Amino acid sequence: MAIPRFWREIPSRYNLVASKCLNCAMVDFPPREVCTRCGRKSIGNMERVKLSGRGQVVTYSIVHDAPKEFEMMKPYVLAIVQMDEGVRMTSQIVDCENAEVKIGMRVETAFRRLGAEGEAGIIHYGYKFRPAA
Amino acid sequence: MKAGIVTYGAYVPRYRITPKEIGAVWGVDGEAMGKGLNIRAKSVPGPDEDVITMSVEAARSALKKAPGITPKDVGAIYVGSESHPYAVKPSATIVAEAIEAGPVMTAADYEFACKAGTAAIQTTMGLTLSDMYKYGMAVGADTSQGAPGDALEYSASAGAAAFVIGKDPLIASIDHTISYTTDTPDFWRREGQAYPSHGGRFTGEPAYFKHVLSCANLLFKRAGTSPEDYDYAVFHQPNGKFPVRAGRTLGFKDEQMETGLLVREIGNTYSAAIMVGLCAILDVAKPGNRIFAVGYGSGAGSDGFDITVTDGVDAIDRRSGRTLRRMVEDVKFLDYATYAKFRGKIRMREG
Amino acid sequence: MRGVSVIGIGETQFGELWDKSFRELGIEAGLRAIQEAKIAAENVDAIYVGNMSAGKFIDQEHVAALVADYSGLVDQHLPTVRVEGGGACSAIAIHQAAMSIASGVHDIVVVGGAEKMTDVGDVEANAILSSTTDQEWESVFGATFAGLYAMMARRHMFEHGTTREQLAAVAVKNHKNGSMNPNAQFQKEITIETVLQAPRVAEPLGVFDCAPLSDGAAAVVLCSADKARKFTDTPINLIGTGHATDFLAVHDRRDLTTMDATVIAGKRAFHAAGKTPIDVKVAEVHDNFTISEIMAVEDLRFVPKGKGGYATEDGETALNARISVNTSGGLKARGYPVGATGVAQAVEIVRQLRGEAGKRQVAGAEVGLTHTLGGTGATAVVHLFARGD
Repeated sequence: MAIPRFWREIPSRYNLVASKCLNCAMVDFPPREVCTRCGRKSIGNMERVKLSGRGQVVTYSIVHDAPKEFEMMKPYVLAIVQMDEGVRMTSQIVDCENAEVKIGMRVETAFRRLGAEGEAGIIHYGYKFRPAA
Repeated sequence: MKAGIVTYGAYVPRYRITPKEIGAVWGVDGEAMGKGLNIRAKSVPGPDEDVITMSVEAARSALKKAPGITPKDVGAIYVGSESHPYAVKPSATIVAEAIEAGPVMTAADYEFACKAGTAAIQTTMGLTLSDMYKYGMAVGADTSQGAPGDALEYSASAGAAAFVIGKDPLIASIDHTISYTTDTPDFWRREGQAYPSHGGRFTGEPAYFKHVLSCANLLFKRAGTSPEDYDYAVFHQPNGKFPVRAGRTLGFKDEQMETGLLVREIGNTYSAAIMVGLCAILDVAKPGNRIFAVGYGSGAGSDGFDITVTDGVDAIDRRSGRTLRRMVEDVKFLDYATYAKFRGKIRMREG
Repeated sequence: MRGVSVIGIGETQFGELWDKSFRELGIEAGLRAIQEAKIAAENVDAIYVGNMSAGKFIDQEHVAALVADYSGLVDQHLPTVRVEGGGACSAIAIHQAAMSIASGVHDIVVVGGAEKMTDVGDVEANAILSSTTDQEWESVFGATFAGLYAMMARRHMFEHGTTREQLAAVAVKNHKNGSMNPNAQFQKEITIETVLQAPRVAEPLGVFDCAPLSDGAAAVVLCSADKARKFTDTPINLIGTGHATDFLAVHDRRDLTTMDATVIAGKRAFHAAGKTPIDVKVAEVHDNFTISEIMAVEDLRFVPKGKGGYATEDGETALNARISVNTSGGLKARGYPVGATGVAQAVEIVRQLRGEAGKRQVAGAEVGLTHTLGGTGATAVVHLFARGD
């Protein structure tokens, strides 16, 4: 991924910066300029918030066939997590046996390496999930 | 006014490998090696972990204990390691971004073998005592490598600890600090080399013991104290034997050293080693407890600290988040093959 | 607005076609369709080409110009449009072409779809397929294309009791149909066991739950309905189209077991055509994964939500059952050169409605449906066809 593209999203990737609509309280991640629920009424009426990082697993899959960047992690658990703020996110679940992952499991975010542009390139960091403390 | 510890946090990865498992691959009695080193297991970082991820976890853990501390008041961050993910590009800026400190701050990375983290503590003490910044953060973290089949492979492990240093509010004051530094080539790694080299038995008397004992004696003198004055003692712990021998030589009792001696469960976390041991002590210490801490970094030098726990320790939430106790106990053991894969010891195809 | 009819169809073999380049494939299908339609070069007013990603598969952009050039129509200097939309691209191209005819701008338009996927290795091809997912918030975190569909499958199993055997039943049925299709990539029947024992890709999906990587092309010639009988005795009319989009990322969708884009596209198509799901006896739906077909038959309202797996297992979607789904073999057995899909599905439906489907003919088929998805369901296009009078 090109450097500026990754760098631009760092606040959301590192710190779960999301947006909250002051009109209808809908939380969107990543942050949006226009609320996904109330559209035009939200323009100029959105604020930045940070997600708590806590949520529960809504669905998951154990991925066996993966691109080169994720070779070392195979087989890994890919999951969609519903955060306590209502919005959903997609990432891996780590720090537990793949077989232990269940729909409904409580998780929290962890700061991990997502990948790198080869041996000489920039390293990408961001959120993954692990069983809640 | 004194500088000291405002809050602290540690991180140890979940994976472990035993000396027996390592020894089996190299035709060595690994169990005997483990006994000789007084190490039962060492921690192994997952393939998606490195010094930066662990430093962030430790830093976040520290701030979580003390929600009253505003990250923007952390004016300096130094990350000490000998396994920074980048040779050029500081770990410290990524840690800063991940805790939402800055941009009005200074940062740099440190290297001094296993005392890079304690060197950072001393620097941040200076910055806060001189009122340059309100708080500084000193991080020691490593994903140290031992060459396959080498003695160090049984102990070189991974971990991180982060200390926020300032003047107020303190959970522990650092009443005295003193260092002892010489050019002693006991352990080193040339640029570009995957694994470090060491001087075998030379790493003992002329290196570890000379510096730790010299620094300790200087600290006793400066503080006007003797071993009985302390509730806890913690030393750099490359294995479970050296620090105990050093402590006993200085006159400490085993009970004083017990709490901080994590190397037996997690191995030698290099720049994090003494700091993680100190975190284990701070997790249970009471106001008024005194702690004697002397680290060591090859190359060589020792930083010593005379610490007194204050009432402030009860004002932070030491039970919050993932405790060190839980991280030491909630483990998964690996076989050598998985360990080698995680540690990048298997040569992969390029491109 | 004028009606639109299909007056010619053409397709290539689908499979790993080592000897055929992208340009050869596209042209082959197009020329067959033009010949079948018995039209001359001067009759063609425009070309629409659906192609997912020639830019990534063969480093070729500006595909429209390439097709116009190599089709032998270059001295007509035709307006040519390349349509992108993930897997839905050539279904969208049909819609775009139909609108140009319905509005009176053009009379006869050739619509083709083509993809050359096997010049790159498997790992790279799968990464290219992944480019239709959310690059910033899905794939960078380890979401593979199959992984995203697998998560929908897992949730479908959790909420509706769908089983792996029911997923497998989709593949078994489609391979059975494919065995009767000489142009299909796979012409061998398989068993439920084969599907269940196959290497896992992203649980619960295994290799046989996933459509293959393929090369291939298909084309149709569209004509205004009032002129169609000049060219063919069996014009097939495009009687309704629905095209809808939804959130790009799966995690933003309203219901993980439903593709709202399909539901809405289906409703729009049926409304435009004045038909209901009961009128449809033959349908080509987008089975890039077995779960996709199960969700499609539910979302198109052929079966109630949650019953797609049970219906497949009970044979309700088999050849000449209540509704024949994927008589061509579907994406799974017929092959999935992504850009060709929408048009290839139309070709099969037209064949069925003309009564030219041979061993896999659906008896008495009068209304047929195609359903095509883009990405993980962020785009859906539904076309309804019926025999012209």
